[in-house]
Amino acid sequence: MTIISYIEAINQAMREEMARDHKVFVLGEDVGLKGGVFKATQGLYEEFGEARVMDTPLAESAIAGVAIGAAAYGLRPIAEIQFADFIMPAVNQIVSEAAKMRYRSNGDWNCPLVIRAPYGGGVHGGLYHSQCVEAMFCNIPGLKVVAPSTPYDAKGLLISAIRDEDPVLFFEHKRCYRFIKGEVPDIEYIVPIGKADVKRKGEDITVITYGLTLHFALQAAEKLEKDGYSAHILDLRTLYPLDKESIVEAARKTGKVLIVHEDNKEGGIGGEVAGIIAEECLYELDAPLKRLCGPDVPATPYNGVMERFFMLNPDKVYKAMAELAAF
Amino acid sequence: MGDSGTSQIENKHNKLGLSDEQVLNMYRDMLLVRKIDERTWILNRSGKLPFVLSCQGQEAAQIGAAYALDKNKDYLCPYYRDAGVVIVFGMTAKDLMLNSFARAEDPNSGGRQMPGHFGGKKYRILSGSSPVTTQVPHAVGLALAGRLEGKDHVTFVSFGEGSSNQGDFHEGANFAGVHKLPVIFFCENNKYAISVPYSKQVACNSIADRAIGYGFPGISIDGSDVLEVYKVTKEAADRARKGEGPTLIEARCFRYMPHSSDDDDRTYRPEGEVAEEKKQDPIHQFTHYLKEVGVLNEEKEKEILKWVTKEIDEATEYAENAPSPAPEDTLKHIYAE
Repeated sequence: MTIISYIEAINQAMREEMARDHKVFVLGEDVGLKGGVFKATQGLYEEFGEARVMDTPLAESAIAGVAIGAAAYGLRPIAEIQFADFIMPAVNQIVSEAAKMRYRSNGDWNCPLVIRAPYGGGVHGGLYHSQCVEAMFCNIPGLKVVAPSTPYDAKGLLISAIRDEDPVLFFEHKRCYRFIKGEVPDIEYIVPIGKADVKRKGEDITVITYGLTLHFALQAAEKLEKDGYSAHILDLRTLYPLDKESIVEAARKTGKVLIVHEDNKEGGIGGEVAGIIAEECLYELDAPLKRLCGPDVPATPYNGVMERFFMLNPDKVYKAMAELAAF
Repeated sequence: MGDSGTSQIENKHNKLGLSDEQVLNMYRDMLLVRKIDERTWILNRSGKLPFVLSCQGQEAAQIGAAYALDKNKDYLCPYYRDAGVVIVFGMTAKDLMLNSFARAEDPNSGGRQMPGHFGGKKYRILSGSSPVTTQVPHAVGLALAGRLEGKDHVTFVSFGEGSSNQGDFHEGANFAGVHKLPVIFFCENNKYAISVPYSKQVACNSIADRAIGYGFPGISIDGSDVLEVYKVTKEAADRARKGEGPTLIEARCFRYMPHSSDDDDRTYRPEGEVAEEKKQDPIHQFTHYLKEVGVLNEEKEKEILKWVTKEIDEATEYAENAPSPAPEDTLKHIYAE
């Protein structure tokens, strides 16, 4: 085991997969010589050359669309969208094309493509460098949506995404890039797509979350422990399709469920999670299901005071957890 | 056959390296897609097919271009009128009829997509969708993949003049231009995007003019002249294969039918326009040429028409009686199984 950062885990996954399989290549804005604006692709250009670490023109629909063509041919492109906020011009390619290629061709063609997109706030990014856009991709059958929260999961899930036969949208929380460090095995491993993970075992309340807010929940759980309540924490990891079994199991475990995400509440992933729990185990709940989410405003403001107001933090999560535990 | 010594006009096809047999095949394919198209309209008007998209008036552009490609290695990203392109790459009348009837056996999509949404891995035709022009970046990606894998295939992507306004056209063309990728951008300009005429779609004189912005040649040609289309597309394919990059070709075409079977073009086209254009019918022009150079005669013409009719009759009967997909097939092929 070695302790590395979340972004190093992503970099390692790409490097190891590119070394293992010559069909894997990277394309995107500034991913080559510069190594990416966040340095996720650092060193790949030097190691694998310009052809496999391709600086593209500044045009997101082409990045996605060209990657789709290459994936249909049989290559394994990893396309980087510089910020998830800028994915919008590529939505037609992702939703109408990548996600439907297998279905519309009756299984004849497929699209083994990964689109990486840094998302989330807390980095003074303002409206257009902070958004959580994952929910809008989470009712698109044909697409898989992944959002890891730890270096271990980030590396293992990215390797799985690269090897997957279908398109995977891979959301990386920007605040986690250097803020989160963790142990990663020195030997090859994968984390399967479609499986949630219990990050903390507990008896009194269940928290279901993903991404940066998983870390807030883990911190809050330590504090709550001192109040005499133990929290069970489930990290969704894959946002679409959801791991229904693990969600129901986690809800049953304590009968009190708090869903936490940075994305705004209405229409967020939390609603779907709540729907699954209501359908499968409503009568096993001991308290009304709660959601703690970002406010329903268009995006995170740039001003620091406003950004802090928008963002969740361990204290806000602790309060919601304590309230539910005491219900 | 081909006593070209008796002809009154110049034999163009031999000069292009096309044999008499090849031009007769081109003629047969043009006629085949025209007659398939006509049949689908009859089937639509008699209530047997819910929807038709037409290629009538664009056959020379499609067949001429497709014959200039290598059907054993090149890739196609066609658009919804390209029956003439896909037939050259191996689709049959039966395949197209199965597609029109949306049968389980339809090689394009197993009945999932509307007619004209072509695709077939064994023919190297990438599956297409309805949002127009999304296929352009795909073609660039197929070309890029070929380069990365050390192959010398060319990708051919076609679209209408209306589609040349979409961002995906510009983004894809620019990408291919920057990386000098082997892509042929083939615009079938039939002068209408459903009801909106060229003058309200595009401010430049020719779609080919757009190529200058991407740093590669743009050529505008008469899309009703199958040999001219063949010649220019062949040159573009040769350039692409030699690593000299993409070419944009505008084939000026006619659209003899409404946009689709749900459209009534009398509401927006000047009266007599289609009749006037039909005087330059690409099939009549080619028939005339082939007769003039002595490759085609009345007898051969009848023989080909008879073969075409039989193909279509058999294809129609087969497709009409072929089974639909099972209802539960709706749930298949979302992810790898």
